[in-house]
Formats: sequence, C-alpha cells, structure tokens
Amino acid sequence: MAAQANAVKVKKHYSAKFIIWTVCKYLSLIFVSFCAVIPLVSCVITAFKTDAEYKSTNVMTMPQSWFNIGNFLKAFQKADMGLAFMNSAIILAVVLIGSIIIGTQLAYVLDRFKFPGNGLIRNLFTFAALLPAIAMQVAVYEIMVNLNFVNTLYGYIIMMMGTDVISIYIFIQYFENLPVSLDESAIIDGASYFTIYSKILLPLLKPAIVTAIILKGANTYNEYYCAQLYLQDKARLRTVATSLYTFTGPLGNQYNMICAGVIISLLPALILFVVCQKQIYSGIAAGAVKG
Amino acid sequence: MGTNTAAVAGKKTFGQWLKSRKGQQTVIIIAFIIIPLLLLFTFTYLPFAEMVKFSFYKMKYVGARKFVGLDNYRALFARKDIVSSLKLCLYYMVGALIQIALALYLATILSMKVKASGLFKGLIFFPYLINGIAIGFIFKFFYTRGFVFDTVLQWCGFQLDSLPYWLKDQSINNWSLVGSSVWRYCGQQMVLFIGAIMSVDDTLYEAADLDGANKFQQFKYIILPSIKTIVTLNIILSITGSLSAFEAPFVITDGANGTGTFFVVMNTIAHTNQKVGLASAMAVFLLCIIFICTILQKLFFKFAFRNMHADDESRSAKKKRVKAAAAQPAAAVKGGR
Repeated sequence: MAAQANAVKVKKHYSAKFIIWTVCKYLSLIFVSFCAVIPLVSCVITAFKTDAEYKSTNVMTMPQSWFNIGNFLKAFQKADMGLAFMNSAIILAVVLIGSIIIGTQLAYVLDRFKFPGNGLIRNLFTFAALLPAIAMQVAVYEIMVNLNFVNTLYGYIIMMMGTDVISIYIFIQYFENLPVSLDESAIIDGASYFTIYSKILLPLLKPAIVTAIILKGANTYNEYYCAQLYLQDKARLRTVATSLYTFTGPLGNQYNMICAGVIISLLPALILFVVCQKQIYSGIAAGAVKG
Repeated sequence: MGTNTAAVAGKKTFGQWLKSRKGQQTVIIIAFIIIPLLLLFTFTYLPFAEMVKFSFYKMKYVGARKFVGLDNYRALFARKDIVSSLKLCLYYMVGALIQIALALYLATILSMKVKASGLFKGLIFFPYLINGIAIGFIFKFFYTRGFVFDTVLQWCGFQLDSLPYWLKDQSINNWSLVGSSVWRYCGQQMVLFIGAIMSVDDTLYEAADLDGANKFQQFKYIILPSIKTIVTLNIILSITGSLSAFEAPFVITDGANGTGTFFVVMNTIAHTNQKVGLASAMAVFLLCIIFICTILQKLFFKFAFRNMHADDESRSAKKKRVKAAAAQPAAAVKGGR
C-alpha cells in the first residue's frame, strides 16, 4: 500500500514538473514566433490601408477593408514590377539551367575520374567559397567593365552562374552515393561517357537537382547587391528585388504603398516555401546554402 | 619521314587514341571542366589577383593609376571611419552568439515532440527567404518613431517618450540592426541545428527515456555531444561573419549615424568615392583575417576532436567527418550577416 502511494507521489511530482516545462516550452515558442511574424504582419496590415487611413490610424490598427488592393496595384505600376518579374524570370531560368548543367557535369567528372589536378580543382572551388562576395565585387566590377558586361542581362547571368560553387558539393555528395557499377555495366554495353552522364546518371540525380534548383533559385531571386551594381539601367533591367528601390527618395514615407510592394516581391518566395518546405529544410541541413 | 613513321608505329595514331577509352575519358574531362574553370578564374581568381594588385595603387576604375606602395594599408589604420567601423563587429559578434544560443534552444525544443512544430518552424524560418531590400523597408518601417516596435512596446506598458529613436540614437542603433540580423538568420541556423540533431540515432532517446533521463539530461548527454562539431563551427564562423557584416546596415540605414560596418564603408569607398585602391586594401585585409580564422578553425578541429569517438569510429571515417566540417565554412561564411 505504502509503496503504491509512494509511486503515485513520484509520478505526480514528475507530471507537475512536466506541465511547467510544457508551458514554458510553448510560451517561448509562441513568443519567438510572435517576434518572427510581427514585422511582416504589420506590413500586411498597412498594405491594405488607404492613404487617409494610413495617416490617421496607428500602424497596428486593422484596416477598414481587407479588400482594398489599391496599394498593390499602385505599387506594381509605380515600380514597373511587370517588367521586373519578366527580367527575374529570364535570369532565374537561364541561371538555373546553366548552373545545373555546369554543376552536374563538373561533379560527374570530379567524382568518376581520377586525373591529375582533380584534387587541385576541388580545392580551388573550396577556397573560392571562402571569399566574401561583397569584397570580391571591388575587383569583379573592373572585370565586368572590361568584358562590357555592365548593364547587360547576359553579363549578369554569366556572372551569377560563375559564382555559384556550393551546388557542386551537393552534386558530388550525391554522385558518391550512386554505385559505380552503373557506369561499368553501361560501358560494357558500349555507351559513351556522355551517354552515361546524360541518360543514366542525370535522371538518378533528380532529388539533388531539385534541392539545388530551390536553394539557388531563392538566392538568385533575392540577389540585389550585384543586380544594383551591374544592372544600373533600371528602366530596362530592373529585377524584382531592385525594383523596390523605386520606393526610396520622395516616395520613401508612403509606407502603405511600400508595404504592398514588399509583399508582392516576397510572394514568390512564400509560395516556394509553402510548396517545397521539406526540400528547403533538408538542403539547408546539408549545409548547402549560400546566403 | 623515317622518324615520323617510327613514332606512328610506336604509338597509336591520334584518331585511334581518341576512340580508345582513355582518349574518350580525356575528351569528356576537358569538355565538362573547361567552362566551370573558365568561370571560376574570370569571376574569382582573376579579380582576386587584381584586387591584391590594386591595393598598391591609387586609382579609379577608369583613368590613370599610380603606384603608391603600402600607402593604402597605412591609410587603413589612419582613417577614423575605417577604424571605428572595425569596432562595430563586436556588436555583431554578440548578436551572433545570442543567435546561436537561441537557435540551439529552439532546435532542441522543436526536435522533441511538440504540437504544431511544423508551423512554429515555418514561421521562424521564413524571414530567411525574404530579399534584402524588402528587409530594409520592413525594418525602416518597423523601427520608425511611433510605428510597429514602439506600438508593441506601448502594449507592454512603455511610454513613447521614454523610448529612443531606434535607428538614429547612436547608443542603440547598432543593436537595432543586430536584432534585425538575428531575426533574419536565426531560423536558418535553427534548421541547420535541427538537421544535426535529427541525425542522432532515435534509439538513444528511447533508451534515455527508459532510463528516466529528463529533458535537460537528454540535451546535455545526447544532443550536445552529437552536435558539438557544428555548434563550435558556427561559433568560429560568427567571428568572420561579424567582421563581414554588411546587409543589415546597408539596406536599413545605409551606414548612417555610426552604423557603417567595415564592408559598408568599403562599399562606399569603392563604388561611390571610387577609391578602388583603398577599398582593395580593405578587402585584402579582411580576407587575411578570414584566412587566419579558417586556418585556426582547421587546426582546432584537428586537435580538439582528435580523441573524440576514438572508440567507435575508424580513422578514415573520422577524417571524412572532420573534412566535411572543415568544408562547412563555404556554406556559412557567405551568410553575410
């Protein structure tokens, strides 16, 4: 009897502690999540306010109507976001296709063949990843000028393809897990190396390619530093990120319109995130992301 | 003529060699490697070499160049704006450490059984996917007098008069920027840590549960040892990360009111003032620090983890793991905090 009572007491003690811990756990999660969303929520609230409403009410009071999309239309027009989305789409498509082809080919050769310089090339790429992009632009700018790449879409695209080295690591890691016996049996059947790469290994590489596309895609879409440096002709060459620069200067305090523009610009990222959450997390967990 | 035929007889002809396996291999290696290498040299190693060269010249992007020796490097330590910008990295280092602690705490909680963990994870992570310029606007708005942050603080009972101007007041504005940086990158680091925790064998937790270990003990004895490598790495990286802090001050304050970090000042000197030589010297100086940190990090991992897992891990496996850890800076240094 006594032993049983004791046992119950122990259990109760444990659960009291457990409850406190659970409450703390959820409270801290809710608090951090609140901090994470509040800057964005305030933007959404403000984006739906009319000019008069924006001036007369506190930023955190709800808008009169959640259907007031006037700010979004105005922001889209003012920042010429139609053009911006088109440029960004072109940049994304070419950069992604290009860097996937280049990256998988390089990874294939580095993983499957032993040749003098293999290790050296790997080290060259690793070392390159150490150099901070912004410091490098001091000198890259001069090279872009000499190549006549400044203010051209193709120049920017080629540069963006050339500076990505991280997805190569995802591919090499993935190639390491594809058995060499696949290659060997194809060689016996008389396949050329190019056929082995394109017909046999590339399709098997699909998960790695999807991860690389998502991460590289998000980075390319969000890239603004090089875009503002090399695509200075904003009338023609604005990307979604740099189109937001329209709202600096005289428009700088019309926050209801600015917030609408900001929300438009991050919608594609939000959609990508909702659809591909799992791949994004696993890509980052693999240490495969370059901010 | 005679020697020629002898050579042909001795070796295969070029055409034959091309058809052989060895020849095909060489062709595919060259074909697949030439473009990436060309890009790498054009956009990384050529500018790198140029930058070192530029740092000894007084020059603009166009026009005459004058060799000045070490003058640019001397100016680096003589100019007040540059020296004071270096001090700012301390703010970002503290921010980075807070961020690591917070991310570690969140990752630990979220890898246990938690309701709606996917939602929490998503909300905390999403800021990482927002483009830099949008971040700039969001936080200019957030910190404006009487706007979002002030309103939230007023909800908590603060008086507006007692609150500072978050982006103007020099005693606080760097912390405001560090806060926005933590807001942006904490979720990413959390996901990184969750990945590391998830790679721990599940049966360890079950065994610990059966043995009656509480959550804190589980954290201390199971989770922490298994993610020690990645946490240490992130702490080391926060040093280089905070030295190269750029985005928050660049997009939010544009370096005004004493918020210009080393890279923001460098960016202005290079692209606005066109003092390319001085900017190059700054870049080279920072690169040297980053290299030193990287070497220290490699040495650290070589010695600190030499005896870890000695019992249950073969040498080659350990080597591979350490190598993987050493390759990580690639991923995180570029975070550009």
